[in-house]
Amino acid sequence: MPELKLLSRNFHHPDQRDLQAALNRGAYQQLKRVLAEKTAPEAIIEEVKAAKLRGQGGAGFPAGMKWSFVPKGTDKPKYLCVNGDESEPGTFKDKVILENDPHLLIEGAALCCYAVGIHTAYIYIRGEYHEPQRIVRQAVADAYEAGFLGKNIFDSGFDLDVIVHTGAGAYICGEETALLNSLEGLKGWPRIRPPFPAVKGAFACPTVINNVETLSCVVRILEMGGEAYRKVGTEKDGGTKLFAVSGHVEKPGTYELPMGSSLKELIFDICGGVKGGKKLKAVIPGGSSTPVLKADEVDVTLEFEAMMAAGTMLGSGAAIVLDETVSIPEIFTVTARFYAHESCGQCTQCREGCTWLYKLGLKILGGHGKPADLDLILDLADQMDGKQTVCPLGPACAMPCRAFVQKFRDEFLSLMKS
Amino acid sequence: MKTFSEAARMEASALMERYPTRMAALIPIMFIAQREFGHIDEEAEKVIAELMDISPVSVREVSGFYFMIHKHPPGKYHLQICHNISCTIMAAEKLLTWVKDELGIEDGQRTGDALFSLERVECLGACDLAPVMLVNETLYTNLTLEKFTRIIDALKNGKIPED
Ligand SMILES: Cc1cc2nc3c(=O)[nH]c(=O)nc-3n(C[C@H](O)[C@H](O)[C@H](O)COP(=O)(O)O)c2cc1C
Ligand code: SF4
Ligand code: FES
Repeated sequence: MPELKLLSRNFHHPDQRDLQAALNRGAYQQLKRVLAEKTAPEAIIEEVKAAKLRGQGGAGFPAGMKWSFVPKGTDKPKYLCVNGDESEPGTFKDKVILENDPHLLIEGAALCCYAVGIHTAYIYIRGEYHEPQRIVRQAVADAYEAGFLGKNIFDSGFDLDVIVHTGAGAYICGEETALLNSLEGLKGWPRIRPPFPAVKGAFACPTVINNVETLSCVVRILEMGGEAYRKVGTEKDGGTKLFAVSGHVEKPGTYELPMGSSLKELIFDICGGVKGGKKLKAVIPGGSSTPVLKADEVDVTLEFEAMMAAGTMLGSGAAIVLDETVSIPEIFTVTARFYAHESCGQCTQCREGCTWLYKLGLKILGGHGKPADLDLILDLADQMDGKQTVCPLGPACAMPCRAFVQKFRDEFLSLMKS
Repeated sequence: MKTFSEAARMEASALMERYPTRMAALIPIMFIAQREFGHIDEEAEKVIAELMDISPVSVREVSGFYFMIHKHPPGKYHLQICHNISCTIMAAEKLLTWVKDELGIEDGQRTGDALFSLERVECLGACDLAPVMLVNETLYTNLTLEKFTRIIDALKNGKIPED
């Protein structure tokens, strides 16, 4: 399937971040329409459900269902947290939205707020994204100035405050409950669930947390209608998705494809194949947390369930392509080092396990490994991947590390012969 | 004793009004403090705590957690070189070796003239342009050793080059 630019329709216009230019291309039309027509909030949630919009931050949870979990008759304020922490290695698709069409995100966030009855939204952007922060802050200021945010938007009586908040360097703050703590000015330790954020989230109030891309899709869903949007994708995964491709391909970058497209086509047709005519060795398909696919396993469709069936995950849709020259034990070690650096440290399995895997990687790379170390890696991975951790970071380290060893055992062993 | 400038103090007060809790303004205020003082040491922690009317230890706990909060003074140009997967396979280690050989610094160190400091960082969300580095707030992409040394030379001459 070729590229299909729904979400990214206007990304190529250099002036799209300017409010007037965005308005000329239809920005804020959906917000204006639902406020003018006084569309029932539930009707918007139903459209999003019909669209089969799944969370694009990695877990794929159905967005409409998440919104309907927020209690209705509460006298507490409710909040939206837009997750723009984007720190999963390989992932850079939210940045493309933040930089190229910030008003699309703001409108999508506003539609979510209207549907759920929220009057304050926080856009949490990772600290290292200096340029995206500047662009989004400007876009929010412009939207306030034009009366699209703030009090009594379009004379509808609907109020919405949007506050841009930035992280300070910590991958774990992309995990939704760590993000809440970080927003509240605490260290980014994930929280034990239940209670779930929909019931008790930011500032102990009901909270929706969605990824930047998820919320941006909502504008297109209301433009097209939920059912028409879904049909672009597959039965269970509606619409399109942004895929970020990096590593050894001729044309790395962000591409928008219908859900259910082929990973093989993405790499070989759309991205021009392996760089310099080299042979493909492997693909990490959905960010560093997802198990690697060998060259002969990449003929899979880009859908949440199909990827699970292939023993991996769609994750954030970030494919890292590795050619024949890459050392898998080195990638294993870089991966474990990352999680060891980013573990928040509150669960023993994760804190100790990530560091142990990293040290085993270093030992093997240094030529001091023994075959028994590979069994130790698999055993550690199993312990980290249980259900006992507060958040999925421990498992997110275990899964790819296990797959590297299982699928490339000989390469690890070859570093041990001496 | 360190103190906030009047402008910074006003900015911080406005931030404390913006959120449902005063504590939520801590991270933004730490960035203001870092802009004012260059890094957050024990004294800066006390200044922040005083301003926000919270305990210094709660500032310490948070500042210690986040990698972008400098605990020691960085160089005038803080080099943040990504060493995650996509940058590693695009030869980021070559850049790091060059920095070690030519500038004589490794991760967490600063040159004697305080011009450069080095930090190995995780994925910067620019993997399609690997290898990449941030110098303070400017991103440099598709770094070859040649492009990298050109940037360093320009910085030595006080110029901040375009990517
Ligand atoms: C360690 C870890 C890091 C995560 N990082 C991000 C992130 O950077 N951005 C994001 O949107 N979701 C991230 N997530 C997923 C969030 O917890 C959450 O599922 C998501 O923000 C929900 O939004 P969505 O349903 O729209 O995807 C992360 C999860 C984990 C466990
Ligand atoms: S799994 Fe790791 S990152 Fe997640 S809460 Fe436990 S220690 Fe922290
Ligand atoms: S791996 Fe270096 S920017 Fe993503």
